[in-house]
Amino acid sequence: MSSPVLEVRALKKHFPVRGRLLGGPATWVKAVDGVDLAIGASETLGLIGESGCGKTTTSKLILRQETPTSGTISFEGRDIAGLEGRDLMAYRRSVQVVFQDPFSSLSPRMRVRDIVAEPLEIHTDLSPAAIDERVGHVLELVGLAPDVAPLFPHEFSGGQRQRIAIARALATDTRLIVLDEPVSALDVSVRAQIINQLEELQKKLGVSYLFIGHDLATVAHISHRIAVMYLGKIVETAESDALCTRPMHPYTQALFAAALPSHPDERAQTKPITGEIPSALSLPSGCRFHPRCPSAMPVCSQVEPTLRRRDSGEVACHLYE
Amino acid sequence: MAHDVVLQIAGLQTHFFTFGGTRVLRAVDGVDFSLRAGETLGLVGESGSGKTTTCLSIVGLLPRAARIVGGRVVFEGEDLTKKSQRELRRIRGRRIAVILQDPMASLNPLFTIYRQVAEPAFFHQHLRGRRLRERVQGLLRAVRIPSPEWRMREYPHQMSGGMRQRIVGAIALSGGPRLVIADEPTTNLDVTIQAQYLDLLKDIQRETGVALIFVTHNLGIVAKMCDRVAVMYAGKIVEQAPVRELFDSPKHPYTRALLGSMPRLGSKEPLYSIRGQLPNLANLPAGCAFHPRCPDVMPRCMTEEPRDFRPGDGSVARCWLLDDVLTRS
Repeated sequence: MSSPVLEVRALKKHFPVRGRLLGGPATWVKAVDGVDLAIGASETLGLIGESGCGKTTTSKLILRQETPTSGTISFEGRDIAGLEGRDLMAYRRSVQVVFQDPFSSLSPRMRVRDIVAEPLEIHTDLSPAAIDERVGHVLELVGLAPDVAPLFPHEFSGGQRQRIAIARALATDTRLIVLDEPVSALDVSVRAQIINQLEELQKKLGVSYLFIGHDLATVAHISHRIAVMYLGKIVETAESDALCTRPMHPYTQALFAAALPSHPDERAQTKPITGEIPSALSLPSGCRFHPRCPSAMPVCSQVEPTLRRRDSGEVACHLYE
Repeated sequence: MAHDVVLQIAGLQTHFFTFGGTRVLRAVDGVDFSLRAGETLGLVGESGSGKTTTCLSIVGLLPRAARIVGGRVVFEGEDLTKKSQRELRRIRGRRIAVILQDPMASLNPLFTIYRQVAEPAFFHQHLRGRRLRERVQGLLRAVRIPSPEWRMREYPHQMSGGMRQRIVGAIALSGGPRLVIADEPTTNLDVTIQAQYLDLLKDIQRETGVALIFVTHNLGIVAKMCDRVAVMYAGKIVEQAPVRELFDSPKHPYTRALLGSMPRLGSKEPLYSIRGQLPNLANLPAGCAFHPRCPDVMPRCMTEEPRDFRPGDGSVARCWLLDDVLTRS
């Protein structure tokens, strides 16, 4: 891979939680606790994990909606932490986001034209006519007719609204789009349309995606590489195909065991893992997964494993050391 | 064996009347299916296909604007459409239980877990005192709540999402039902928790022989859980089949499209995408409601509504394509 578009190194975000009585912060929620990621040009990185694992916090840090506790995020070789003014605007122009629910992410009081034009009005000095032209162009890119521009979001179905959200994300010269569960809220027959559309756009425009999701099959379908996150840490990264054929980390294996079959003959014989995700307030010692891990060893509760290179990816597990 | 049929629905029509009755939405328009003890039927469809309205029609919990205008819902030999709300109240919670999508909306935040799980057993089975407490503990143990004698004194906010959904399951089982209707019970759960919950429902079904209607839009859940599947589109069942037949040889183009649009692990092929959008129930296309989106549409589909065809492998599908296949062979 040539130099990555986005590179995240040892990223941490700890939120203070106040104790019962008034006073200083008593404990910390380690929402993101040492994450490394890299996304290349026209690459899709899938970020998968269950609720509370820190995937959304990671995306907020990348979008600079939150400030990291420590660690660096560099975009096209530049650390984004110090960006200000004009440079920050340039960053915001290049990195956009599409949220899960297109019913709440589009303002019901704005016309489609204004929704899609908003980033252009903020980031460019195009004339209104040039903006109209650009809006028509991106609407066509996402498979909508340019004459929908004067309509309001309520006149569209969920899938069409998500297309509008994608059009807005593409309006400026976007290099990276953070897709935070972009199809989870859509009807099944429409999901495939959006997934195919995203793949097509990537081929056409060379844009990179960070695809956040919890459905293994969907994430594996669209991603080139996948990072599996558990309680604030990446436990495994691998090429998407390698991860599907040979998951290494017991948590990744558990996710595959819990995945729904695509045919009744594939009903899993294996029992899904027991237990629930521990609270991020009181993390287990050693490996964070050890209380639920079917192959836990004594060392797992004492020493925290680090990510080590294996085959096409990396895995953090004592089994492979 | 006719006697172990728990539920039989024939020609059910439930319409919504809005704007003073001037506008009629045919949310459910001629639905037939039946269910035996111990069997799981998957009711599959997208939003607005009428799957939830079908379920609400069974238990008589329809919103004010909706009315059952035709058909029968026969539960253990009695037609529920002829019952008063008073009589239905004695059936709901005892013989038919419902599990809804959002456990926080079905649990009362002000009452302890004990009180909520005990309620159906208290009213319907008249248990009191120690026997009631033991029953509640047994139910909580059955849904794998650790140390039930302590947890039952707690409140819903002290439970995790997976535990709350399991408690709703315990409430559903509390009255000893013969039929449980589960309306997308796992959409809010994480994948590993979802797998645990689905396995739990299967175990409980094996032990109690309860019949299960599983409403979902997720064909993966159908593949995992169901014995038979009914696929709904715009208020009608367009295909009904045993689960293997449905996955191996889907008859209706809509079923084929749904199966093709499912991402599969290990495959990078482009997904099959159904063109167009779901139809508006107030303004359904003429003929077959699926024809504007159908890849195999014929002139006849635009004018004439297809009837049920039975190709002989246990499946029923409403599609003119089968008419050709069957008459030619």
